[in-house]
Parts: sequence; C-alpha cells; structure tokens
Amino acid sequence: MNLWRTFRVAWEGLVLNKARSFLTTLGVIIGVAAVIVMLAVSAGAEAEIADQINALGANLVMVMPAFTQGGFRAGAGRMPQLSYDDIATIQNGVTGINGVSAEQTTRQDIQGGGVMLEGVTVIGTTNDFTKVREYAITAGRFITDSDNDRALKVAVLGASVAEELFGVVSPIGQPLKIGSTKFTIVGVMARKGVVGNTDYDSQIYIPLTVVFKRFTNARFGADAVNTLYVSAESRDAMADVMEQITRALVKAHDVDPASPDFQLITQDSIIDAQASTTETFRNLLGWVAAVSLVVGGIGIMNIMLVSVTERTREIGLRQALGARPLDVRLQFLLEAVMLSLIGGLVGVAAGVGGSHLFNALGTMRTELVVESIPLAFGAAAIVGIFFGYYPAAKAAQLDPIVALRRE
Amino acid sequence: MTENLIQIQDLTKVYGAGTIAVHALQGLSANVEQGEFVAIMGPSGSGKSTLMNILGCLDRPTSGSYVLDGEDVSGLSKDRLASVRNRKIGFIFQAYNLLPRLTAVRNVMLPLLYDRRNHLSDAQAVARAASRLEQVGLSDRLHHRPNELSGGQQQRVAIARALINEPSIILADEPTGNLDTRSGQEIMRLLDELHRQGATIVMVTHELDIAENAQRVIYLQDGRIISDRTHASGIAHMFNATNGGGR
Repeated sequence: MNLWRTFRVAWEGLVLNKARSFLTTLGVIIGVAAVIVMLAVSAGAEAEIADQINALGANLVMVMPAFTQGGFRAGAGRMPQLSYDDIATIQNGVTGINGVSAEQTTRQDIQGGGVMLEGVTVIGTTNDFTKVREYAITAGRFITDSDNDRALKVAVLGASVAEELFGVVSPIGQPLKIGSTKFTIVGVMARKGVVGNTDYDSQIYIPLTVVFKRFTNARFGADAVNTLYVSAESRDAMADVMEQITRALVKAHDVDPASPDFQLITQDSIIDAQASTTETFRNLLGWVAAVSLVVGGIGIMNIMLVSVTERTREIGLRQALGARPLDVRLQFLLEAVMLSLIGGLVGVAAGVGGSHLFNALGTMRTELVVESIPLAFGAAAIVGIFFGYYPAAKAAQLDPIVALRRE
Repeated sequence: MTENLIQIQDLTKVYGAGTIAVHALQGLSANVEQGEFVAIMGPSGSGKSTLMNILGCLDRPTSGSYVLDGEDVSGLSKDRLASVRNRKIGFIFQAYNLLPRLTAVRNVMLPLLYDRRNHLSDAQAVARAASRLEQVGLSDRLHHRPNELSGGQQQRVAIARALINEPSIILADEPTGNLDTRSGQEIMRLLDELHRQGATIVMVTHELDIAENAQRVIYLQDGRIISDRTHASGIAHMFNATNGGGR
C-alpha cells in the first residue's frame, strides 16, 4: 500500500468524526499558538527595549559614576561623581569620537510670547548634544561651548514649544522666562518626535552651566553630572573609544585602574542584560508551551485508543483483505500525525493572528518570530508521532480472527 | 484440468496447553480441486470455523501442512500471510463486513489498496470495482453507502469485493446467515453462477438446503472429517442425527 493511499485512508478516518477530531486537536492548537504568541510577545518586549536604548543615539558609550570597592574613597571624602571638567577631559584625550555631552534636567514653568507653560522639561547640556542625539536645528544656533564657559542665559526651543509660544512668528532673539530667570532665545530645533520615552519637541535646551548655577542646589555638588554621553564614530571604534575613555578618566581622577570611580555602559551591555532576563522569561513560557503540547499529545493518544477500540472490526476486515500489521500501524500513526499537524496548522494561524491582534489592539507590542512557526509545527508533528505510536502498535497487533468477531 | 488447489494434510489446531488444551482440529486431510464448490458442515464446536480460519490464512495450524495453489502457507509469517490473503483468497462473511462510511465502489476497491503488485491508477481501480459490481448486478448502486442498501445488496457488494483481486479461491462463511430466504437464494444463485464460470468456492453453512447448492459436502465433527460426499442429500440422515449445526 503506497503512502498516498495510506494518507487518504487516514484522512477518511478523521473525517468520520469531525467534531471529535477537532476537539482532540484543541490541545495541540493551544500549545502551538502559545509557542508562537509567547515568542512574539517576548521578541516584542525585547525590540521595545532595544528601541528605547537606541533612541539615545548611535554607538553610544555612557559614563556613569561607580562606587569603588570598600565604599567611598577615603581621601576624597565625597560621593563618586563625574564633573563638568570630565567632558573636556574626554573631548581632549579621546580620539575617534563624534562628541561628548552631559545632561542635567530640571522642570520649570516658562513664559514667552505672552504664553505661559507649566512644568516644562528643561535640559541643561553642551554643544555636542546635537551630535550625540542626532538632533538637527532649523533656525538660529544651538548651545555653544562659549555659552557654557560664560554661563550665558540663552535657550533653544523644541519645535512644539516654539509653536505653542510664538506660533508662526520667529522666536529668535525673543526673551523667555524660565522660572524667574530671563533668557534669550537663540535657536529652534527641528521636529524629532517621541523617541523611546522622550518627547524631544516639547523640551527646552539651555547651557549645562546655567542649570548648575540657577536650578540645582549647591549643597549636593552643583557641578555634578550624572551621565556623560560619548558618541563613537563607528560601531567598530567603540572598543577602542572605551579603552581611551578609561585611560583618560583614570588619569584625571587619579584612581586605581582596577577599581575606578566610574563605569562605562553601552547599549549592547544594557541589551545583553535585558536579553538575559527576557531569556529567563522565554524559557519559562517555553516550558508552559511544552506542557500544553504534551497534554495535547496525551489527548490525541486517548482518542486514538478509543478509535482503535471502536474500529476493531474494521481493522480485522482490513487485515483479512490483505493489510499487513505495518499497513495498519501506518494508517493509525498517520491519523495521529495528521491530527496533530492539523492542530499545528490551526495553531500557527491562531498564533500569528493572535500576535497581530495584540499589536493592533495596542495591548502589547509583539514581533512575530518566523522561526517559531516551523519550530511549533515540528513540535506538533513529533507529538503526533510520539503519542500516536502506542495506539497504532496496538491496532497492528490485533488478531484478525478476534477482531472480525468483535461486534 | 483437475488440479488440487487446496491440499491439507494431517492438519491439527490446539488452543491453549496442558490439561486445558482444546483440540479444535485433530488431523484433517483433504483436497479441493480447481473449480469445485465445497460446503463444510458440522455442529457448533466441530472445528468448522477453525478450519475456515486456517484455509483463509487468518490462522496457522499447530501441525500439518496446507498447500494453497502450489504454495505451502502453513509456516508463513504474518506479513506473507496477509499478502496471500490479498492475492489468493476472496472472503465472504456472514455479516458482510462493509465499511459503513465508504460507497459500494470504494468498499469493493479495498483489497486493491493492499495489493503491492497493483499499479492501477485511481480511475482504473474504480473502473475495475464498477465492473465487479456490474457482475453481481449492482451497476446502479455504485455510489450508495451500505446503509442505503438491502442486506442482499450488501452481501453482493461483499462478493464483488471478494472477486476484485481475481482470487484462486472464494471462502464464504455462512454467506446467507443474515439474510431472509429470498435474498439468501439470490446470493446462492450468484455463487452458483460464479462456480459455473470456474470459480473455486469453499462455503461453511449449517443449513442443509444451502449446502445442497454445493457439489460436495464435507461434514465435520469433533475436529475430524466424518463424511466427504459428492452430494448433500447423502448426509441428510447424519445431519438430522446430530440435530443440526447449533445456533
């Protein structure tokens, strides 16, 4: 008996009991759909995080303060921190970089063009901010190094802020009150939109040194910088840039290279850390999916055993007409495999559809992992073979005489 | 041309072992020639069914030899026996044993499914099954399912199925047992017709008037042949003496 005919015989067996066949496959459908949806959800979460990190800028190295081993440095007598001077240290001592910027954020009420806005995010930063964040200017100029050196009270507006305060009128040269301090507007940024969690267009940019002077409490180290952002020229240059930064800062801070008071973080290292947590999460979901596939497989085995018992007489007849034990075994094995493959097919459709639905409804971001489809489908096939084997072997072992006599 | 299609020699069949052993056949020897129509009779427990199972290659004898169509089949493996059943034996059962979900044509085609020499296309197989159904007078019922057919018609479909692989021998086990008299007679006329066309038929029955259709009647009792005559009427007295064939 050739395989195609066996397929047809097995198919006829399934069609005989459509409702039962469908219910039997439900376990596999759920298992397969779960695999695909879960992988899509975790891939979506990963992509979301990667997007947020990449939104900071390309090839970025972040320099942050670090506690050295054994607590605070005994001689220094203060918390480890980075200072405004470190920007110059890196700018002068490191090659292969696009720029170095530092940021200090404050929220203030602003007034300009006869309009008042409450609680606007004001970023104190340096000239290289535009390079590091890949952010263009449309009118006027950005904060310069000399603005910072002289702590000039100049401001650059995000596109939305400029529109809200001045409408179509050019804001360049206009006065702006931030808190109680008067500034002069020198530039307007191009529209950038929301990247990650930051709405660039509704922010105002002023010199970092002005934030130190006007908007931070001197008691907590007024010129302390939380993070320095260094943009490397290329991805390949990053390792070299990081080495240079370490060398320059170790020298400037006069610390032990083995336990520096700063740390370097890249997007990759954040993504890696994030990846290992999502991997744990994914492994867990993988087990859940595996369990539901096994349960689905047991369901198939159960129904196949019932089916073999119900069709004992048919099996006896087929044997009398010349079916070998192998033919009978193949017929029932194929029925089980087809059940699980149909379950797999419907499960893939449900999984893909479910992933899209989650996205469309905005419940959560999902990203379909293409490899999960053959993976889930293959798992379904293996389940069918594994759990179909025993009922099929039982059918093949039937004695035709006994089987034919069965009512 | 008279050729021994079936040769059985000292056939025994023992079920179980030791003190609970049942000796279903106790040394049977007989030949069936090409083109014969043989009826096997005997009371319940006489070994009729066991003999039919062995003749049908569904079971193997405990000892003795069985040569079917020149091939000793008494020691063949399950797979080889399946192949012999497929090629050389056409079964007709008391309960027809049609698959309820298949049409008449598809039921008749079943043995072709397991014939490894068969390279017929689907269309050819259907045509062949249709011609067998025509032969048994059911050309207008090709696509009916068993539940749409009368008992007599179902048995004809079963006969067509038995004929599809051009078997050496037709084994009929109480072919009229589930039928009313009129349908039973129609089935017997059909078997007579096949016999006249040269088919070799071995039929088990416990009804004397059915056995009378055969040329030769073998009467079994307690696993032995106690009578082997060329006409049923000769055993009528014996049949009455043993008080029928059970059931």
